[in-house]
Amino acid sequence: MRYLIEIIVKSYVLAEMEIRKLLHDPTELVTRAVQPILWLGIFGEALSKVHAIPTKGFTYLQFITPGILTQSVVFISIFYGLSIIWERDMGILQKFLVTPTPRLALVWGKILSSGVRGISQAVIIFLFAVLLRIHLRFTALSIVGTILIVILGGGFFTGLSMIIASIVKTRERFIGIGQVITLPLFFASNAIYPIAIMPPWLQFIATINPLSYMVDGLRAILVTGDVSILPFDIAILTVATLVISFVSSYLYPKVVG
Amino acid sequence: MKNENEIIKVDNLVKNYNGTSAVKHISFSVAKGEIFGFLGPNGAGKTTTIKILITLLAPSKGEGIINGYSVIRDAGEVRRMIGYVPQMISVDGTLTAYENLMLMARLYDIPRKERERRIKEVLSFLDLESVRHTLVKKFSGGMIRKLEIGQAILHQPPVLFLDEPTSGLDPVALRNVWKHLLELRRLFNTTIFFTTHYMEEAQEVADRVAIMHLGRIAAMGRVDELIKQTKKEAATLEDAFIYFTGTALQETGNLRETKRMRETARRLG
Repeated sequence: MRYLIEIIVKSYVLAEMEIRKLLHDPTELVTRAVQPILWLGIFGEALSKVHAIPTKGFTYLQFITPGILTQSVVFISIFYGLSIIWERDMGILQKFLVTPTPRLALVWGKILSSGVRGISQAVIIFLFAVLLRIHLRFTALSIVGTILIVILGGGFFTGLSMIIASIVKTRERFIGIGQVITLPLFFASNAIYPIAIMPPWLQFIATINPLSYMVDGLRAILVTGDVSILPFDIAILTVATLVISFVSSYLYPKVVG
Repeated sequence: MKNENEIIKVDNLVKNYNGTSAVKHISFSVAKGEIFGFLGPNGAGKTTTIKILITLLAPSKGEGIINGYSVIRDAGEVRRMIGYVPQMISVDGTLTAYENLMLMARLYDIPRKERERRIKEVLSFLDLESVRHTLVKKFSGGMIRKLEIGQAILHQPPVLFLDEPTSGLDPVALRNVWKHLLELRRLFNTTIFFTTHYMEEAQEVADRVAIMHLGRIAAMGRVDELIKQTKKEAATLEDAFIYFTGTALQETGNLRETKRMRETARRLG
């Protein structure tokens, strides 16, 4: 129990430092917001005129807003592995690993940090959605649910990226692999079109893609209001994130080897 | 028999990477309060040895003991016994000096009541009080190194490991960093284990040195004793290095190490 408390406290310490960094220099938040704004403002606006994608009575912009938020969170998270390699090269990672901090806390600290960045993206995307008159459900449940899904989903992809970093070990290789996996993950999900219109093989990939469960959960709380599937989405994301964080805590210290 | 004054003991240490040995059966010990220089060019096995002693790498064979704790079996205890300053810049430029120190204070489990006092003492000791709330990216190279030392001594470890602590620093900053390290030893009897490939630096500050060459210890002892063995007039530690290794000290190492060194030098610039 004491060990678990130590993990939680130190994860919080690391995440808090990340918030302080963002407060000292918030430029990153603004630059990261450009891509989702383009997706919503250009891609979303253009496709909403076509009416080619079935969205069950909601506008296309409503439909894709949770998908674009998910994409933004995943893109931030997946490149956390790059920061691990950078921190290794700088000696920061070695210094953290030499402290009496549980390895799992170092992973959860990164997961929470990516969650903080993901939540800041959610705020920006919500503001832009209001500007574009995209009707979203802003309730206590949807706000708490968004925070939870962003942290869990972002956490999964942060853990995954740390595992990749521990295997590839160099920035150049990581950037290549990061680019190779992020877009297929995005397109093989329900982010910008429903799973029902996909060919069967792609439907299978979308079903095992954690990104689909993020979109599904966010769409339920922000757009449709049908939260019957929400516990299942959250359970899947929780299990996936826990499993990957344990694997990551074992593997990523090897990046310094 | 255990020597009570011995704080670091390395016994028959070996580290193999994919069939090649980076460290080959090295043994040595360091006494409490000693300043011990671990010398050699890049690729000699210095950093691998230090990584094993600070619990970042498991040895292939042999043992390392820090203050009575095994680096293999008691890694958690060893981490509380040591402070570590990596070769590269390891403080966060987007945080203030105070925030960088507070981060380490919390990760090292320094009790909440003591944190502020310790941070104040460390900042005062290192002459960094006036820049307590300044972002570290505005610091000079010497100030950055001092802050890194501050992070490493905040939990008052009996042993301090420094990997190329003055790499990339100008001579004035180098002297200033060592002034504080020597003061640390005087006040707290802290053992300082440092690696360097600058022979003049080691000659000036180390009580004893070990010369690493191709993964082995080519010579070890007091600087004056090693120099004396060269039987050369006005010899330096660099002459001793050549005498014991049969080769001049060259810039070796791989592309990654060279890139790191240059990046550090540029950032400390």
